[in-house]
Amino acid sequence: MTTLTLRDPSVWDLCTARAGVELRQFFRERTAMIFTFALPVVLLTLLGSIFDKQAAVPGIPSSQLLAAGMIAGGIGSTCFVNLATSIVSDREDGTLKRLRGVPMPPIAYFAGKVVLVLVTAVAEVVLVLAVGSAFFDLPLPRDPARWATFTWIFLLGVTGCALLGTAMSSVPRSVRGAAPIVNLPFLVLQFVSGIFIVPITNLPEPLQQIGALFPLKWMAQGFRSVFLPDAAAATEPAGAWEHGRIAMVLAAWCLGGLILCLTTFRWQGRKDG
Amino acid sequence: MDSCPSPARRAGPPRTRTLTGVTDAVRVRDLRKTYQGSPAVDGVDLDIADGEVFALLGPNGAGKTTTVEILEGFRRRDSGEVSVLGEDPQRAGRRWRYGIGLVLQNASDMADMTVAETVRHFARFYPDPRPAEEVMDLVGLTGKAGRKVRTLSGGQRRRVDVAIGVVGRPRLLFLDEPTTGFDPEARRQFWSLITTLSEQDGTTILLTTHYLDEVEALANRVAVLAAGRIRAVGTPRDLGGRDTAEATVGWIEDGEHRSTRTHKPTVVVSELAGRIGDEIPGLVVTRPSLEDVYLDLIGSVR
Repeated sequence: MTTLTLRDPSVWDLCTARAGVELRQFFRERTAMIFTFALPVVLLTLLGSIFDKQAAVPGIPSSQLLAAGMIAGGIGSTCFVNLATSIVSDREDGTLKRLRGVPMPPIAYFAGKVVLVLVTAVAEVVLVLAVGSAFFDLPLPRDPARWATFTWIFLLGVTGCALLGTAMSSVPRSVRGAAPIVNLPFLVLQFVSGIFIVPITNLPEPLQQIGALFPLKWMAQGFRSVFLPDAAAATEPAGAWEHGRIAMVLAAWCLGGLILCLTTFRWQGRKDG
Repeated sequence: MDSCPSPARRAGPPRTRTLTGVTDAVRVRDLRKTYQGSPAVDGVDLDIADGEVFALLGPNGAGKTTTVEILEGFRRRDSGEVSVLGEDPQRAGRRWRYGIGLVLQNASDMADMTVAETVRHFARFYPDPRPAEEVMDLVGLTGKAGRKVRTLSGGQRRRVDVAIGVVGRPRLLFLDEPTTGFDPEARRQFWSLITTLSEQDGTTILLTTHYLDEVEALANRVAVLAAGRIRAVGTPRDLGGRDTAEATVGWIEDGEHRSTRTHKPTVVVSELAGRIGDEIPGLVVTRPSLEDVYLDLIGSVR
């Protein structure tokens, strides 16, 4: 017989349980994992070989700008593209329906995704930094203040991208549709955010302005400010790193993304109402 | 499964049955749900007693899934009263779900996890789960504990779904078309699993299905749903009056197959015995099958 001493499973335990499942499923799906991590590195290598010889400002090769910006691209890829696709897949394969049918506080599902996104984003950043510093002369700063800047830009960037990825997951109707629907806007966004073309001022003015509406451009700018000498600020449209504005734009997108998630998140697919 | 001839359910502790309504696992009154102006569920009443295996039978589009999903708390109703384990699924909290087990149709989640990991994961959501080994044993997956779920056959995959459904010791288990796509042997095994759950633990089971043999094998009672309404409720034996319907008596006489329809088959058979002798060649007495009754019930609303 059941007794009165039985306790509800703690929310914390369920969050860690979900995180364990998310991580194991991600790392066990080898092909998807390898391609997710490889994409920014491959782009960096290909584009870097073009920009390598050019100097953005005297003494600073364009490939450094590219490598720093690609960190933002990598975070976008793991947090936005990957998270959106994985939630669409959860909706389609029954994960979400199953979890709604068991006594799980909804926060546990999202906590699992947060851990997944943090772990993959950190891994991606480490990979891009390794390739950037090994092949493209990206200097790794020693000043702790710069790493502090890195940390807040990373956290705000990851949060914003993950919230937007979660909101984006409500758009595709199926996993098959998810890849093109999520990837195309992300590709365009990377282009107008100056991830592929450095310095960003090489882009036509209107494209720069479109890019400036979204978080990715500001993340890339922030990472350039962390890894490049201050002289490189001259390559930014404003001629300065603009930390205050970066923080404001990213925070605004976190808030906007949260509101979008709360209003659009669906536990069920459209076909099941 | 056959090895546990449990006197269980019927001989168990005395239960107040449907009449009082107090111990009903499910009680539904005048349930309605409309999609874009067309009624999917159009005034359904249901009473399912504690410990009962209840089948909801009906063609595609009859409103089965909508009804069940409202009971499961996945869907909101337009009107009517619904009580599942004493609570309104629309308002019930996390603890209500401790008593509910769901076996989903078409789920393919947890594909990269092993069977054991999957069962253990879902056990963590409940205050008093069955041990994972016991659950895997119950559904016959002990030998597959270390296999990834994606490598299992369709029937084994559904056993994982059942394992997830029962790991929390639910009082009420929902089975939505559980054996669709099974081969005959897998269906038999599945049936004996359901019988075990029902007899050993007194789990109340609500089953939706298209298969009449499944209903006859498993259900204590069955309701036929068509066009959003309950057309008949009864035991599989007496549904739609089939136990008292006209019987057909068939036999062979002078090398010819003969038959007659009658309300008094016993009388006909004893007359035949008197005329032909002790053994009547090719004797059969049939009443309308569950299928006949069912087709008649759903045919009448088309």
